[in-house]
Amino acid sequence: MDVLLPRTLEEALEMKAAKPEALPIAGGTDVMVELNFDLHRPEALIDICRLPELREWKRENGMIFLGAGVTYGRIMRELSELTPLTQASRTVGSPQIRNRGTVGGNLGTGSPAGDALPVLAAYDAEIELASANRARSVRWNEFHVGVKKTALEPDELILGARWRAVRGPGSFSKIGTRNAMVISVAGLCLVMDDDARAVRVALGSVGPTVLRASEAETFVAEELTRSGNWDDPGADLPVDAMGAFAERVAAAARPIDDVRGTAAYRRHACAVLARRALGWALAARREGVGRP
Amino acid sequence: MLIRTKVNGEWREADVWAGSSLLYLLREEMQLPGSKNACEQGECGSCSVWLDGELVCSCLVLAAQAQEREVRTVEGLADHDELHPVQEAFLEAGAVQCGFCTPGLIVAVTDLLEHDPSPAEPVVREALSGNLCRCTGYAKILDAVSLAAARMREGKA
Ligand SMILES: Cc1cc2nc3c(=O)[nH]c(=O)nc-3n(C[C@H](O)[C@H](O)[C@H](O)COP(=O)(O)OP(=O)(O)OC[C@H]3O[C@@H](n4cnc5c(N)ncnc54)[C@H](O)[C@@H]3O)c2cc1C
Ligand code: FES
Ligand code: FES
Repeated sequence: MDVLLPRTLEEALEMKAAKPEALPIAGGTDVMVELNFDLHRPEALIDICRLPELREWKRENGMIFLGAGVTYGRIMRELSELTPLTQASRTVGSPQIRNRGTVGGNLGTGSPAGDALPVLAAYDAEIELASANRARSVRWNEFHVGVKKTALEPDELILGARWRAVRGPGSFSKIGTRNAMVISVAGLCLVMDDDARAVRVALGSVGPTVLRASEAETFVAEELTRSGNWDDPGADLPVDAMGAFAERVAAAARPIDDVRGTAAYRRHACAVLARRALGWALAARREGVGRP
Repeated sequence: MLIRTKVNGEWREADVWAGSSLLYLLREEMQLPGSKNACEQGECGSCSVWLDGELVCSCLVLAAQAQEREVRTVEGLADHDELHPVQEAFLEAGAVQCGFCTPGLIVAVTDLLEHDPSPAEPVVREALSGNLCRCTGYAKILDAVSLAAARMREGKA
């Protein structure tokens, strides 16, 4: 086995073109487990954790770009105004894991339980990819095409994710058996976009990939319009709207029974998370804050 | 694969299989068995070290990722015969039973106190959430953290 140690993105993409079978390793928090347990013995590894191009994030023209190599620890320290992303990062593993684990690695592994993924889905992010001779971007839902299956070509690397910065509250929450070091049984990200007058809801761990609850999104946006809440955040939604929203979110889930929970429990969890997330967002709007 | 890395202030080299972890490099090739090998999957924290100043699980770092970088291990904490205040505090508070988790916890606690000299208990619990102990029930570990924090603050004052 070989380890390639590129110093720049350009060098890395050339190496990947010459040796497409080389497995990228960023924080290593997924890759090393497989190596240590001999579950997977790649022919070569390519260490991308030092590439400066992947370690940056920036805001430009109303967009946010998050480099694939930005760790959860850095998100918590440097991007705390992105509430749902920071909340999701805080739930990942432990301090040691968050100091190494990256959003690019979460995308690369493509587990439906990846905690950064519902956030990218709710932001409606584009995933930027590059090979030595082309760059392209695909929408989040075109990137994960099945359980742990991605649209990444063998000669490509993930550069990062890009999305339009939204004004409005949002949150990420997840259900697990304890407070730290836990793979989610169900996760939910809700983002309220005051400018587009839209609500976006994404679910993790309740389907083969992360899912959006589109019907629930349309329903609640219309309820907010009907009640006048977009213009007057003090306006109340009809009493049954929260429950009806939660029901629609739960209906969007496609859960299975597994060791972490039953499908029925997961569906119920989605409804609970949805109701709470909407409650927090409405309260934040009432208080005039951009976040819960 | 030849790896050159600065460990506890000293540049060292060792030849390892390219798929080896930093934990293996330290324990098996560099005679630094202080970092423990328990789960090899990031769950227990007993292999905690610093890589370029950041707290990490050395079992999840590829040895080659430490190439030309700085590693600090539990062995680097004591000053010859004089223990680090965190080590002292663990002994005094009775926070060590079988001792297997101890090096990792000492590293994690030191990392915490270097960033936050007087952490509130919830902060301590969160900071140590990646370190498992099967013996102590954690109460004495929390005592050791308070003791070490107080001593380190005094030391600085
Ligand atoms: C103890 C423990 C707890 C964990 N807890 C959580 C948790 O709570 N929530 C959660 O979501 N995850 C969790 N994880 C999983 C893991 O930490 C995350 O998936 C993390 O985001 C992986 O990032 P990484 O940089 O370490 O990835 P790596 O292990 O380096 O890579 C993962 C995959 O992505 C590919 N890859 C990485 N970067 C790129 C790139 N730029 N271009 C192309 N491919 C790339 C790699 O080839 C590999 O296939 C946990 C893991 C451990 C060991
Ligand atoms: S041995 Fe590294 S975390 Fe358990
Ligand atoms: S003292 Fe035995 S595991 Fe902690």
